[in-house]
Amino acid sequence: MQLFRRTPYVCPGCSRKLVSSLRRRNLSKVTFNDFRNTPRSFSHARTKRPFRLAIIGSGPAGFYTAYRVMQKVQDAVVDMYEHLPVPYGLVRFGVAPDHPEVKNCQEKFEEVASSPRFKFIGNVDVGHDIPLPSLKPHYDAILFAYGASKDKKLKIPGEDLEGVYSARAFVGWYNGLPEYANLDPLLGAGEEVVVIGQGNVALDVARILLTGVDALRKTDITERALETLARSKVKSVKVVGRRGPMQAAFTIKEARELMNLPSVSFEATDSSLFPADITKLPRVQKRLTQVLTKGSAASASTASKSWDLSFLLSPKSFNDSPSNLGSLSSIEFEKTEFTPDSDPFDRNAKVTSTGRTTTFPASLAFRSVGYKSSSIPGLAELDVPFDERMGIIPNDPYGRVMNPQSGPGALTAGPVPGMYCAGWVKRGPTGVIASTMDDAFASADAIARDWKQQVPFLNSDNSGSTGMGWDGVKEEAKKRGLRPVSWEDWKMIDKAEKERGNAVGKEREKFTNVSEMLKVLDS
Amino acid sequence: MSITHPSCRIVLSAISRSARSPSSSSRVSLSQLRHIHTRSSNWYPNRASSINSQRWKSWRALQIYEHAQKLPSATFAAFARSRRRFSSTPISRHGHLTPPKPGEELSVTFVDKEGQSHSFQVADGDNLLDIAQAYDLEMEGACGGSCACSTCHVIVTSDHYDLMPEPDDDENDMLDLAFGLTETSRLGCQVKMAKELDGLVVKLPSMTRNLQASDFESK
Ligand SMILES: Cc1cc2nc3c(=O)[nH]c(=O)nc-3n(C[C@H](O)[C@H](O)[C@H](O)COP(=O)(O)OP(=O)(O)OC[C@H]3O[C@@H](n4cnc5c(N)ncnc54)[C@H](O)[C@@H]3O)c2cc1C
Ligand SMILES: NC(=O)c1ccc[n+]([C@@H]2O[C@H](COP(=O)([O-])OP(=O)(O)OC[C@H]3O[C@@H](n4cnc5c(N)ncnc54)[C@H](OP(=O)(O)O)[C@@H]3O)[C@@H](O)[C@H]2O)c1
Ligand code: FES
Repeated sequence: MQLFRRTPYVCPGCSRKLVSSLRRRNLSKVTFNDFRNTPRSFSHARTKRPFRLAIIGSGPAGFYTAYRVMQKVQDAVVDMYEHLPVPYGLVRFGVAPDHPEVKNCQEKFEEVASSPRFKFIGNVDVGHDIPLPSLKPHYDAILFAYGASKDKKLKIPGEDLEGVYSARAFVGWYNGLPEYANLDPLLGAGEEVVVIGQGNVALDVARILLTGVDALRKTDITERALETLARSKVKSVKVVGRRGPMQAAFTIKEARELMNLPSVSFEATDSSLFPADITKLPRVQKRLTQVLTKGSAASASTASKSWDLSFLLSPKSFNDSPSNLGSLSSIEFEKTEFTPDSDPFDRNAKVTSTGRTTTFPASLAFRSVGYKSSSIPGLAELDVPFDERMGIIPNDPYGRVMNPQSGPGALTAGPVPGMYCAGWVKRGPTGVIASTMDDAFASADAIARDWKQQVPFLNSDNSGSTGMGWDGVKEEAKKRGLRPVSWEDWKMIDKAEKERGNAVGKEREKFTNVSEMLKVLDS
Repeated sequence: MSITHPSCRIVLSAISRSARSPSSSSRVSLSQLRHIHTRSSNWYPNRASSINSQRWKSWRALQIYEHAQKLPSATFAAFARSRRRFSSTPISRHGHLTPPKPGEELSVTFVDKEGQSHSFQVADGDNLLDIAQAYDLEMEGACGGSCACSTCHVIVTSDHYDLMPEPDDDENDMLDLAFGLTETSRLGCQVKMAKELDGLVVKLPSMTRNLQASDFESK
């Protein structure tokens, strides 16, 4: 008799070969039983059934948390809800098409999704299509990983003029986000563009506007975006920040990429904004300064397009012209200066207005001052607060949702049982995939630890969760006429997109509206 | 079928043997198999200390078996094929390490974030990400070794830092984003083992980026 049988380690490559070989020999159904009985660590003492986790959002935060929870709680079963029929969040709809290597994380997500303990439920917008509280009875925990689906506004006059776009809309448009499929920005309106904000999204926008369209043809940028970009008249892009170069939010790799674009020159930055002796700067700032002061590979005399970084300018108003009412023609900025107590070369230096202004002509402007998370309907019913000012679900740094009313005393905050968050909705809309991953791992570790320590979870105060997960929710979905998309469905959409891409010599041609995606499945 | 790992070959041939005659499967006990597996892995470098938690790769191997049972065979084959298909650029990571030639083994030690050391004998040319992943150490490699994510950050703690070819601009640019950057930080996917690096010791930085004040910094 064998009590403990561990799965022998077989490397993934060999497993794959074995699997396909057995399949060829029609043997796949036999013998695998032997390998299933790995010791189940962490089985929850309270119940015999598995730990049931609902994850809302299928971006990196959702997937990395699922991965880690499934690894740490060996009987965890995860249902991932996604409002679009397609997964991966900003990896699909944010990451620039000319950065395909960044999207390699999808490989890991696909591995997660291939587990029988994982279910993808796409095309279900939690809070809108289906009430959030209807999930509660059927899960032990809910993880909010729904990212940031809005963006910050500047709240200055003229923000709604024709020709003023949000970077989120523009990025969504070239990446095929259904919400912005019809944006078709007026890239033929003029030569001068201003991007407001100096984060990496601003540099993504500048790079896509300045890159020769032929260099994008093989990427997964939409055909529609390629056509519009091919007709673009844009010649110069100003990327404007309200502070100085040492406070800019973009990272060196993205700046270097712009410096290396063929036939695009960089207009040098005022050298007084850099310290006289850059060798004294910390490594990161020093290297960035070197890139900025060295400038572009292309020279102004031969380049056909140009860009620059303008500093210490805070946007005041977007203006139209009498000859073209309603359309952007210039942007007025207030000049700023460092506050007397700030070191201009410190990362956290602050600025204040000088009262003086300057105006740049522009026929197009992109507002790139950050994304923003919002509340979803039903949070309050679950005692989950939302901090509108910070745009996050309040949490301890480990991702446990905190409610000011849940603590033991009258004035103390405490965790809301069974409620967790990860990613941009947990810490705000900043950070690359690597930081989102770390953050998701921290949330997953907290969930695993809490489950092991038998702290209260969802429904702990009554008879406990039904443990049914999606099976308990799907009737509700059916009643509302929803068409949930499974992982197998997504794979069909994925295949169809790749076939469409193949036909035009690119990696993939995305469907840009939900009905097209569903047509692949239901026709 | 070409199974490349000799060690895996033994396990797998036992599985398929029992597949042919299900009744005999009980005769090949799995503990026996495991025994064979470890004993036969003569090329497969021995680990100085074992990592007891069942990590991702063995979990994944298990999932393949579970799939084998549950899914109709067509889906099953599709699953088997689908693993790599998704990447949008070629991935330098591969499932296997090159077995070192006898007498040419190079030693490398990873100190994990709990401070535990894991030493391996590896071949010239293997990169640190591949090695760490082959042994289920906690190194993510989110971009698949394309120098685009910094999740494979390691800190060189032995005297070998200066013996390595200098990091290029791309690597330095990603290192600038790594949490807990030190003077001897490198990206695991960019460091290849070489004779001069025999005895290399690297530390895996603990993942505490999300708890750093900088993330909550108000501007
Ligand atoms: C334009 C842009 C480019 C970027 N490029 C890079 C890069 O090159 N490299 C890098 O490392 N990082 C990059 N990042 C950062 C990276 O994308 C983020 O760190 C990461 O995606 C955040 O993950 P998340 O899961 O929190 O959110 P998201 O990726 O936004 O995922 C949230 C998911 O939740 C879904 N959702 C929202 N509401 C609901 C609801 N009510 N019900 C169900 N589902 C819902 C959304 O559809 C989405 O799929 C970029 C970010 C942006 C904005
Ligand atoms: N390639 C990549 O790795 C990549 C690509 C895209 C995005 N990302 C990541 O995604 C995250 C989000 O990027 P992001 O660019 O949206 O945000 P971000 O990095 O936070 O940058 C926002 C920019 O907007 C400015 N800003 C904010 N409010 C403003 C206002 N009222 N007026 C003028 N300027 C204002 C900020 O300046 P202040 O500093 O003065 O506030 C800052 O320069 C970042 O962490 C980024 O690194 C990474
Ligand atoms: S694996 Fe991404 S940088 Fe090394």
